[in-house]
Amino acid sequence: MSKNIVIIGNGISGITCARHLRKLSKHRITVVSAETEYFFSRTALMYIYMGHMKFEHTKPYEDFFWEKNKIDLVKKFVNKVDTKNKLVLFSDGSSIGYDTLVLATGSKSNKFDWPGQDFKGVQGLYHLQDLENMEENTKGVSSTVIVGGGLIGIEMAEMLRSRNIAVTFLVREKNFWDNILPVEEAKMINRHIGEHHVDLRLETELKEIKGDSTGRVSSIFTNNGEEIPCQFVGLAVGVSPNIDFLKNSGIETDRGILVNEFFETNIPYIYAIGDCAQFKTPPNGRKPIEQVWYTGRMHGETLAKTICGQRSAYSPGHWFNSAKFFDIEYQTYGVINAQQKDSEESFYWEHSSGKINFRIVYDKKDKTITGINVFGFRLRHEVCDGWLTEKRTVDYVIEHLPKANFDPEFHKQYEPEIIERYNKQSGKSLKLKSRKGLLATFLK
Amino acid sequence: MENNPSISISNPHPSGVDIIQKTGLILFSVGLLLFLIASTGTGMKYPVLLLSLSIGLSVGGAFIYFFRKYLTKSAGVKNDQIWQNSLTSRGVFAWLFGIFLTGFYIVIYWFPSVLENLIRLMDPLSNLIRGNDSDQWFLYGTLYTLAIGVMGVKALLKYRHSNYQIIRTSSIIFFQLGFAYLIPAVLQLFNQPEFYFSYFWPLKYDYLFPSTVNYLTEQPGALGVFMVFWGAAMIFVATPILTYFYGKRWYCSWVCGCGGLANTAGDPFRQLSDKSLKAWKIERWMIYSVLVFIIITTSFLWINSYYNGSVFGNVSGPFANTYGFLIGAIFSGVIGVGFYPLMGTRVWCRFGCPMAAILGIQQRLFSRFRITTNGGQCISCGNCSTYCEMGIDVKAYAQKGQNIVRASCVGCGMCATVCPRGVLNLENGPLKGRVNDNPILIGNKEAKLNL
Repeated sequence: MSKNIVIIGNGISGITCARHLRKLSKHRITVVSAETEYFFSRTALMYIYMGHMKFEHTKPYEDFFWEKNKIDLVKKFVNKVDTKNKLVLFSDGSSIGYDTLVLATGSKSNKFDWPGQDFKGVQGLYHLQDLENMEENTKGVSSTVIVGGGLIGIEMAEMLRSRNIAVTFLVREKNFWDNILPVEEAKMINRHIGEHHVDLRLETELKEIKGDSTGRVSSIFTNNGEEIPCQFVGLAVGVSPNIDFLKNSGIETDRGILVNEFFETNIPYIYAIGDCAQFKTPPNGRKPIEQVWYTGRMHGETLAKTICGQRSAYSPGHWFNSAKFFDIEYQTYGVINAQQKDSEESFYWEHSSGKINFRIVYDKKDKTITGINVFGFRLRHEVCDGWLTEKRTVDYVIEHLPKANFDPEFHKQYEPEIIERYNKQSGKSLKLKSRKGLLATFLK
Repeated sequence: MENNPSISISNPHPSGVDIIQKTGLILFSVGLLLFLIASTGTGMKYPVLLLSLSIGLSVGGAFIYFFRKYLTKSAGVKNDQIWQNSLTSRGVFAWLFGIFLTGFYIVIYWFPSVLENLIRLMDPLSNLIRGNDSDQWFLYGTLYTLAIGVMGVKALLKYRHSNYQIIRTSSIIFFQLGFAYLIPAVLQLFNQPEFYFSYFWPLKYDYLFPSTVNYLTEQPGALGVFMVFWGAAMIFVATPILTYFYGKRWYCSWVCGCGGLANTAGDPFRQLSDKSLKAWKIERWMIYSVLVFIIITTSFLWINSYYNGSVFGNVSGPFANTYGFLIGAIFSGVIGVGFYPLMGTRVWCRFGCPMAAILGIQQRLFSRFRITTNGGQCISCGNCSTYCEMGIDVKAYAQKGQNIVRASCVGCGMCATVCPRGVLNLENGPLKGRVNDNPILIGNKEAKLNL
C-alpha cells in the first residue's frame, strides 16, 4: 500500500530519508522547507561568503533530480502540526495531509538573553537567511566580535578574515573548543587563530551589547568590563532544536523532539531525525542530541528502512567527525575525551611546525585503541574504523599507521617521526610494518 | 574601512593591495606599456633594450605582486573572492578579457601582419636561440611559455601547501620551457627539423600525416627517423603503458602544453567549467567525434599516399585542411584558450582533444588510476566539483563513497587539494574493485543500502 509521507525539513537528514525512501518504495514523498526550494549543503555556507563558491555550487543534486525521482518539494513555512487530523498547516493558510510524518527541522542559533542581542548587526549563522543577513550586516564594517568558541564561531571568524575585517573572538573556555579537544590540540588551534590575525580572547564572555541611535550595534562589553567597539556581532554559542512550532501539538518534546531508538515520537506515524531529535535513551556512548552532518545522514538512512517496513533501530558505528580550522584539517575516529579518563592512556605527537599533530587514546589495561585525533594530515576512514572494530592495540596501530595515510601523493609522511617518538616514550623499539597507498592496502 | 582599530605600523588587516604589491603592479604595467610602444614601431631602434625591459619589468613586477600576495599568508587553500571578482566569475572583465584573447588568436592565426612590429621585436631572442628571424609562431611560443612560467610560479605559491601541486606544476613548466620551447628552437639552430617531443599524434595531428613522415625521414642523418619513431612509439607503446599505471594525468596535467597553460595561466578560471549532466553528454559526443574525424583523416591521407592519389584523388587533402582549420585552429586555439574566462580552461581538453579521448578510453577501461573517497567523511560542500576544470561532478561520487573513474579526469589533483575534509585522493591500485558502483558509507551499521 502506498503511503503519503511528508518530511518537514530539507537538510541532510530529511533529504537522506527521502532518497532512501524512494530507493526502497513507491510511496508518495513530499519534502517541505521554508528555507530553500532545493537541498543545499549547510556546511558550505561559509564558502559562499568567502567567494569560493556560489549558492548553486552547494546543491548536492541538480534541480532535475527531484522530479526525476518523484520527490515533491514544497517551499512553505510550517505553522503547526495537527496530529489529530494528520495535517501540516502552513503560514499561508494552506495545508497538506500525511500518513507518515518525518520531522527533520534542524536547529536554530542559541541566544542567551543578552542585553542588546536584537540590535541590527547581531546574528547567528545557521540558515541560508543568516548568510544573507551576514552579507548585508558586514558591508563596510571594519571591526567585529564573534562570541563562542566552537565550530561555527571559528567559521565566522574565517569568513570575516577572508575580507580583511578585524575580528575579536570571545571564547568562554580556557582554550578554543576545549570541551571537545584535549588541551594540546586546543592550544594548537589557539595559535593558528592568532596566525590569522584574529584577536582571540580566552576565558572571556559577552556581557552586554550596546547600540547606536540607528539601532545598530556599536560595541560590546565583556565580563571583564572591557568595551570593544564593533559594528557586527556573531553569536555562535551553539544551536538548539528548532521545534517551537510543535507547541501544543501533543508531540512530546524536551530540548528536542523525544524519540526512541527507532526515531518514533510518542505519536504513531510521526518520527523525528537529525538535529531536532532527542533520544530518550541515547545509543551507547552517544549524546541525546546529535547535531552533526554525518549523524543526520545516518538518522535518515535508518528511518527510511523503518518506514518501509524493515523496523530498524539506530545503530551507529564508531564515531567519526571532521572539521577545518582555517588552514588546519581535523579528523577524529572513535572517542577522544577532552578530559582523559582514568582508564585511558594517550600518546601525542606534534610536528615542529606546530600545525600538525596526532593523538591516539587507548585502554590502560589491554592497550586497545579507543580513539584517534589527527590534525594537518589525512587518515583513511575505512582503516581507522577497522582498527576500532578489530580492537587493535596501540602498538599495532602505530606500526601500521602508513596504511591509514590518506594524504595526496608526494606529501611528507610523518609516521617515521611518530613511531620514533612513541618508541622513545614507551621504551619500545617498534618498526613501521606497512606502507602508504592503495597497493599497500590491498596487498597488506 | 574606517575605524580601523589597528595602531600598529604593519597593519594586520590590510584592505587588499599593499604598497609592495602596488609597486609590482606598476612595474608590470610599465613592462606592458613598453611592449605596446614597441608594437607601434617607434621603438624598433632599440629592439634588445625594449625587449628585455618589457619582458623583465612585466615578469619581475608580476613576481613581486604574487610573492607578496601569497607569502604574507599562511599556506592553505586560497580561493577567497573568486566568485566575487568580475574577472573570475564571468563578469564584465571576464568578457573583455575573453574577447581580447579570442581576438588575439584570430590575429595570430590569420592576420599575423598586424603583429609585424611585435614579431620583429622578438628577432634578437629568436636569433639567439633559433638562429633565424622571428615569425608569428615564435612570438606566440614565447608569450605562451612566459604565461606558463609566470602563472606557474603563481600556482606554486598559491598551492604551496600541497607537494603534489608543487611537483606537478614544476613538471608543467619544465616540459613547456624545455620540450616545447627551447629544444625545438635549438633544433632549428642546428638546422634540424623543428620538432616537439612532448606532442604526439593525434593532438599534433600532422605528426603522423604522410607528408610529415616523409619530410622527416628524408632528413639527412638519423634524427628525422628517430623523430618519426619517437612520435609513433609514444602514442602506440608508451601511452597505453603509462596510462595503465598512472592514468591520463602523466600527460594531460604533467606534460602537455595545452594542459600546462590551463593549469597555470588558466588556473584563475578553472571553476567556470560546466558540471551539468547535459554538459557531460555533449562532451562525450564531441570528443569522440573529433577522434573519429582525425583517425579518418589520417587514414585517408595514408591510403591516398599509398595509392599515389588514385583512390581519393584530391579529397583527402581538403579533408586534412578542414580538420586543421576547424579543429586545430578554431577549436583548440580560438575557443580553447580564448574562452578561458567564460567557459573555463579545459574546453579543448574536455570537448575536443583527440589525444585526451584516447587517453580517456584507456583510463576508463584499463588503468590502475582512480580517485578514491574517504569512507563517510564527505559533507557535500561542493568545493571539489566547483574546482574541477574538467567539469566532473566529483561530489556526486564522494557523497556516495564511490571511487571516481572517469575518462575525462586529467588528474590535476585539485579536488583533493580543495577538499576541506580530507575525502579525495588520487591513487593507483589494482584494477579489481576499481569501479565500486555500490559502495556503502561507513558509519551506520544499519544502512547497507546501495544508492
